[in-house]
Amino acid sequence: MKLDCKHVWAQVSDYIDGEVAPELRREIEEHLAQCRHCAAIYDSTHNILVLIGDERTFQVPVGFGERLHGRLQAWMDAAGADA
Amino acid sequence: MIPTEGQGGEPRMAPAESAAFSAARERELIDRILGGERELFHQLIQPYERGLYLAAYSVLMKQEDAEDAVQDAVIKAFQGLKNFRGEARLRTWLTVIVLNEARSRWRKARGEPLEPLAEGDPESGDYTPAVLADWRFIPSRELDRQELRRALHGAMAQLSPEHREVLILRDVRGLSVAETAAATGVSEGLVKVRLFRARLSMQKLLGPELGSWKAAGSQGGWKAWLLGKAGGR
Repeated sequence: MKLDCKHVWAQVSDYIDGEVAPELRREIEEHLAQCRHCAAIYDSTHNILVLIGDERTFQVPVGFGERLHGRLQAWMDAAGADA
Repeated sequence: MIPTEGQGGEPRMAPAESAAFSAARERELIDRILGGERELFHQLIQPYERGLYLAAYSVLMKQEDAEDAVQDAVIKAFQGLKNFRGEARLRTWLTVIVLNEARSRWRKARGEPLEPLAEGDPESGDYTPAVLADWRFIPSRELDRQELRRALHGAMAQLSPEHREVLILRDVRGLSVAETAAATGVSEGLVKVRLFRARLSMQKLLGPELGSWKAAGSQGGWKAWLLGKAGGR
């Protein structure tokens, strides 16, 4: 292994985003294939990002849109404001 | 860049928020609003409602406070629409206004400014992941379970506001690094540093807890599920 574990950890975020150079990417993948701990770190980080990116994790409150547009309309009506 | 597939082959994170309108259509709507058709402002902001709520929530972490902040920010955006020159994307411009409103509320509530973080070399500081022996992939269908969503919210709440902002803009809303930088007012390099730290912090906070997560209704079902993922890492 050319890279040690700490170097792989430092690159995990950029690696997930596909923003590491091809040679470094190859070295990271070689490391991940041989190091179960780093593979678990990559897998868990990636998995957690999949979960937080799911629309069910962070939902807007029920009625949010109606209240937002209601407030905006009420303000427009009261102010008679011109944009 | 938000690829739809991770380099390891699993489905990858949030799809980028899609704009409902082209830039030309947005410009047309803005011109008509400024020309007196004010009601069109509702239509203009509608595609960004969820994203704006999440931006406010990333700072305030309370539903009611985030909702109030978005309402006030949207009114400010309407009042300031004539100043939108199209140099940034509309959603970025709106996000800046919402973040400013949310930060202002945060400061008033706490009586202090958001603490600027000492950011440096991404390899420095105590941003080490939780070392795990292995990891069993948690499929998104498990999000139907409230305890999982609660764990994700709880970890997010433990991040600093600066780290939470970039994580939500980038990994929940799917904004690019450049847009995240423009919305938060920091450099792209600093966005990447904060993103690195936020992601590793989430792994450290959640890894040990979720590492023993049991899939609903499955006994030994993980192996079958993993075997079904042909070629999955």
